[in-house]
Amino acid sequence: MQWETVIGLEIHAQLATKSKIFSGASTAYGAEPNTQACAVDLGLPGVLPVLNKEVVRMAVKFGLAIDAEITPRSVFARKNYFYPDLPKGYQTSQMDHPIVGVGRLDIVLEDGTTKRIGVTRAHLEEDAGKSLHEDFQGMTGIDLNRAGTPLLEIVSEPELSSAYEAVAYMKKLHTLVRYLEICDGNMQEGSFRCDANVSVRPVGQQALGTRAEVKNLNSFRFIERAINHEVERQIDILEGGGNIIQETRLYDSDKDETRSMRSKEEANDYRYFPCPDLLPVVVEPSYLDEVAKTLPELPDIKKARFIDDIGLKTDAADVLVSSRELADYFEVVLKTSGAEAKICANWVIVELSGALNKNSQNITSSPVSAELLGGLVKRIADNTISGKIAKQVFAAMWDGEGDADSIIEAKDLKQNTDSGAIEAVIDEIIANNPNQAEELRGGKDKMMGFFVGQVMKATQGKANPAQVNQMLKNKIFG
Amino acid sequence: MSLEKADVEKIAHLARLQISEQDVPEYARDLSSILALVEQMGAVDTTGITPMAHPLDIAQRLRADEVTEENQREKFQAIAPATENHLFLVPKVIE
Repeated sequence: MQWETVIGLEIHAQLATKSKIFSGASTAYGAEPNTQACAVDLGLPGVLPVLNKEVVRMAVKFGLAIDAEITPRSVFARKNYFYPDLPKGYQTSQMDHPIVGVGRLDIVLEDGTTKRIGVTRAHLEEDAGKSLHEDFQGMTGIDLNRAGTPLLEIVSEPELSSAYEAVAYMKKLHTLVRYLEICDGNMQEGSFRCDANVSVRPVGQQALGTRAEVKNLNSFRFIERAINHEVERQIDILEGGGNIIQETRLYDSDKDETRSMRSKEEANDYRYFPCPDLLPVVVEPSYLDEVAKTLPELPDIKKARFIDDIGLKTDAADVLVSSRELADYFEVVLKTSGAEAKICANWVIVELSGALNKNSQNITSSPVSAELLGGLVKRIADNTISGKIAKQVFAAMWDGEGDADSIIEAKDLKQNTDSGAIEAVIDEIIANNPNQAEELRGGKDKMMGFFVGQVMKATQGKANPAQVNQMLKNKIFG
Repeated sequence: MSLEKADVEKIAHLARLQISEQDVPEYARDLSSILALVEQMGAVDTTGITPMAHPLDIAQRLRADEVTEENQREKFQAIAPATENHLFLVPKVIE
């Protein structure tokens, strides 16, 4: 039988606020256990939540960026369940009136076409604490520093039909929340994590199959593997005549498998009701206008501009817009150098990114600033130096030896365009290699490379390869 | 709506309340009469009235995003039944 995969994603983005959603405790990562858990986060009797202004602004900003309806009066609700990392006995979340309503996000498929994925909603909620299951005299240790950290849960429609699409959607959101500066996107620290609702159905069937929710997906690689694994597991069961149980499954990246966590039926009885401690959150149209003015150029629009106005290829534009910092860096290189977009993109994507990766740096910590790189590309574009020499200059810039012009000057790297001097070199090389010269005359084009190489070597790379090429042709065939 | 014994037991379980067998009929009666009151309210004609999420017809006040809380771990942990390595200890939770 032919099967079709249906995936919906729930993505939790930790909002990049300084303090918690309902209290003035710090949200900084990596603090000593329980030093950032105040009376509100601990759920001590008599405390009341006060909503963080930034949390509302960030959620609205996200909603506007995905063209969503913003709920004029959104309501917080209590989701009731018992777990030791949730001291109040309920999670304050949103149910019937989430702050962000229906929106959309476009992803690019493998064949280059665009697919629009519906975003059902995005709601605000608080994170829980952390349980540490190491052995504490047979007990579990609880760190409540993370309790009360603001989360935006972004729920997609079940419109993703493969692991590839799920990853593309997740990457797109990851890029978007960082553009908007509402989430740092750090997946290792859990700032951006994903649960996937996965089901399969026979091709052509309308009704959705029973789904399993796969949790604990904190990298793009894991989400792809976990979904593929889960799809295979479900197909195996169905083809063997069995039924899928609706349950929560945990992905184990060491074993590359999902395993049952708990049956959802009982855990599901959350008895949501509006939280009496919080009033409805009112968002006025004037406030929406205010937030809309703070939206940056969004990735899709930037990409279109890079392709249509600047003349980049789609692949290069995709790489450059994947982070706002990288795109900004590229634009400064382009402006400073006055060179063609293609060569600028190439230096940023290949040379710079390669050096950053090799040295475990990133674009914001690059020892070579965009202005410096722009200065180098300018000298390639105006033929002061060749591309090969430029790599040498780049290495020197990386080591902090100054800007391109001073390095070229200090190391005497300027390209030699004195045709008389180059001609003398060419004559000498032809004289020293009579057999090769004969072969070239006889039509063996490969020999051209040999001669250009010899000339470049003799001039320590300072001759202009295009000029050498032309002069050689004139000598041999002229 | 009248609650059965099983309903009462389920509600007690969800709230993690231990109730004795002999009290179940009384709880069932009390809870049923609360539900009866709700049903009575449900009969009121509310056509054209916008539902409210809160009895107060005002909007949520917001606070500035500032860290205002200091570390009071020692005080909070002094009243906890068990701690170790600055963690609160609870009976083992196994998933």
